[in-house]
Amino acid sequence: MAEYKRPTSEVEFKKNFKQKKPLMNDTEAFYEASRCLFCYDAPCIQACPTSIDIPLFIKQIHTDNITGASKTIFDSNWLGNACGVVCPTGVLCEGACVYNHQDVSPIQIGRLQNYATNKTIDAEKVIFKVGESNGKKIAIIGAGPAGIACACEARTLGYDVDIFEAKEKPSGLTIYGIAPYKITNEEVLKEVDYLQKQLGFNIKYNNAINSKQELAALETNYDAIFVGVGLGATRCLGLDGEDKEGVVGAVEFIEELRMKHHKIKIPAKVVVLGGGNTAMDAASEAARMGARKTVLAYRNSKVKMGAYSFEYDLAIGAGVDSLFNVTPIAITGNGKVEGVKFAKTEMVEGKLKTNMNITFVVRCDMVIKATGQAKQGHLYDMIDNLDIDAKTRIKINDEFQTSNPKYFAGGDAVNGGAEVVNAAYDGKMAAQGIHNWLSK
Amino acid sequence: MIDLSVNFGGIKAPNPFWLASAPPTNSGYQIMKAFDAGWGGAVWKTLGVPVVNVSSRYGSVNYRNTRMMGFNNIELITDRPLADNLREIEEVKKYFPDHAVIASLMVESRAEWEQIIKDVQNAGVDGIELNFGCPHGMCERGMGSAVGQEPEVLKTIVEWVKEAANIPVITKLSPNISHITDPGLAAVQGGTDALSLINTIKSIVGIDLDSYAPYPIVDGKGTNGGYCGPAVKPIAMHMLKDLAQHPEIGKVPLSGIGGIETWRDVVEFILLGATSVQVCTAVMHYGFGIVREMEAGLRQFMEDKNYTTIYDFAGKALPNVTEWKHLNLKHKVVAEINADKCIGCDLCYIACDDGAHQAIALSGDPANRIPSIIEENCVGCNLCSLVCPVEDCITMEKRDDRTEHITWHERTLNDEIPVTFDDDRAGGKGHFVPKPSDALKHRK
Repeated sequence: MAEYKRPTSEVEFKKNFKQKKPLMNDTEAFYEASRCLFCYDAPCIQACPTSIDIPLFIKQIHTDNITGASKTIFDSNWLGNACGVVCPTGVLCEGACVYNHQDVSPIQIGRLQNYATNKTIDAEKVIFKVGESNGKKIAIIGAGPAGIACACEARTLGYDVDIFEAKEKPSGLTIYGIAPYKITNEEVLKEVDYLQKQLGFNIKYNNAINSKQELAALETNYDAIFVGVGLGATRCLGLDGEDKEGVVGAVEFIEELRMKHHKIKIPAKVVVLGGGNTAMDAASEAARMGARKTVLAYRNSKVKMGAYSFEYDLAIGAGVDSLFNVTPIAITGNGKVEGVKFAKTEMVEGKLKTNMNITFVVRCDMVIKATGQAKQGHLYDMIDNLDIDAKTRIKINDEFQTSNPKYFAGGDAVNGGAEVVNAAYDGKMAAQGIHNWLSK
Repeated sequence: MIDLSVNFGGIKAPNPFWLASAPPTNSGYQIMKAFDAGWGGAVWKTLGVPVVNVSSRYGSVNYRNTRMMGFNNIELITDRPLADNLREIEEVKKYFPDHAVIASLMVESRAEWEQIIKDVQNAGVDGIELNFGCPHGMCERGMGSAVGQEPEVLKTIVEWVKEAANIPVITKLSPNISHITDPGLAAVQGGTDALSLINTIKSIVGIDLDSYAPYPIVDGKGTNGGYCGPAVKPIAMHMLKDLAQHPEIGKVPLSGIGGIETWRDVVEFILLGATSVQVCTAVMHYGFGIVREMEAGLRQFMEDKNYTTIYDFAGKALPNVTEWKHLNLKHKVVAEINADKCIGCDLCYIACDDGAHQAIALSGDPANRIPSIIEENCVGCNLCSLVCPVEDCITMEKRDDRTEHITWHERTLNDEIPVTFDDDRAGGKGHFVPKPSDALKHRK
């Protein structure tokens, strides 16, 4: 049953997409911070991909040194504000909190982090220093979290930085791909704006690098190039009827939702294909947009899903139904989608087999494919001597340098699709790698 | 049948829970409300020549998420005319004839003492408490702690009062002295019927980091206040013990004051010899209703321990409070970590390594955060068990066989104590300490 009514205004949209980790108030932050034990060699730091000194910033919040707390956070993670709310903290820092071993709820590290950085950003407090100019220039392809982090770090090291972004807004998937109940557009943009104002990197919007000539120009005009292009459009499944109206990719669906909010119309019945976090997001979002019935269909069993269990629970909580061990074999309909034909799957000798003898149709008006994104292979092909692995991921060394020494890379383009926090770490480290290389 | 009533140096009350002379006893309204809530007695806010107070009177010490762990005030004695207070005393006694109403007094001359004693006796108070403790404002005028710090002056005034009074006299002592027994003995020698302690401690609770003025701030300036609240309880208990153990002073009843908030505090004060307790800060924080928890807890304790009156256990801890030199040097405990309870915060490790005797080791395996005790290095100091955030996870386990007993005092008599700077009899001789350079091992 549908849990949500279709939102018809921004107010209703915000209600349906209520922030999962709302901003803490001063009292809440004070009391929550007071609970931190200040563990020795704290497990939360070890669990953070960017190794933020979490006990330190929590103690700083508690002693009302909010600026200091923000410095501690941004010192390790240039997207500390967004990460506070979009990180899967339950499996990272908060999952490592020792309170879990005592059946006491862990410290709400993510929300505390977001509290501190929000205050500092809203106060427009100047906390960063641009490095003394070394006369060298870095080009960054993609203004996603990896690119932004790389730009910030490079600016502190004295480089001039130009980011080339295909879209019209910065932050990549943080703004175009994260579920709207995790972070608002305004919050994403205000952090980038805050960083950009202090660090002064340039972002050239609507400026995709699509040709060999454009790459050649970058190579001529810049001392190093960072590739932070993430992933591409949703991959084609090759199903019969996949081209019917109403069949969309999850990434494209979420992007449209994030940009248009209540102005997009979701039909009554939606099928979401996939078992990853993006599938959970898309299903949850369809339900929150007022779909009367949303069905999540995954080809394997529940335990095999790639999604975090809390993401699955969130979707189920939004009223999503789920089907396991089914694989789509065709999209039915006459011009417009009318249903998905599934076949049952089963494990045979450790391998997932489709049983074409058992098939059925789930009627629906929309199909969202959350079955993975294509890689940006067309770009990689244009870069000379760029080594790519079997999964079309850019290969890098410990310094985040690719096989073409002028090119560095990080984020989803390298790891095949991970969290914002991983991309933020990669970008920062790549800037250091570039600096080490150019300083040789 | 448990009987909580007390006879404190001739002052009778239905229970030992009294309100200290302070803002909660400023008026008949407050005291009636308190008696109605369950308090057994009240010491009226100090009467004397009415004062003029300042605005901004209290400051607080907050610790982590706890407010008013310590509290200070710069309020003076009553600022209400004596006649108003006397009228209200009469009214309270009419409604609550069996409750203890005690008048706290502070005046200067002998004539004033004699007059005010006559006045409060006529109003019907059950006893008098002499305020020789107030450490702010009044002491600048030669009263309050200025008297409490001069045993001879204190004794003289007690003598004046005793000559004039025909009801019990309690002398309230200031902790702002070197030895509480000096004013305590002076009061007893002056003839006081009982003692109460402690009054507040001279303090600065904090400095405002923008105006650079101490709290509470009065138009950009501040002054020392009187410190009280939970933070001062250990100081109060120590002074109470000193009085209770004194052969002469210990004969008069003692009313315990200082940071009392729960039944546990009450029981501890009674175990150290108090036979009534006075409360202020806890009431200022939570209201009169906290007496419910105190009374229920005290009753439960007495029921569990089979006591009928508080006199059954008053002073019961005193024989166990001794001097350091009489402690058994053969007593040996070591820490034990319960691995099932340990949550791996490793606070014990770092506390021991940085703050004690390097007697706790990490496992060396990042996946196993449960530390272990290096028993031969452990001196049994308790630090790890005190920092551990898990109940009963680190316990101090007895290791001596309880057969040996030797004290510093005995060793001194036996000429077995270290006397030179490099004496082989030094307690730490041969005990493990890491090499100084081990501190820098983490450097590559």
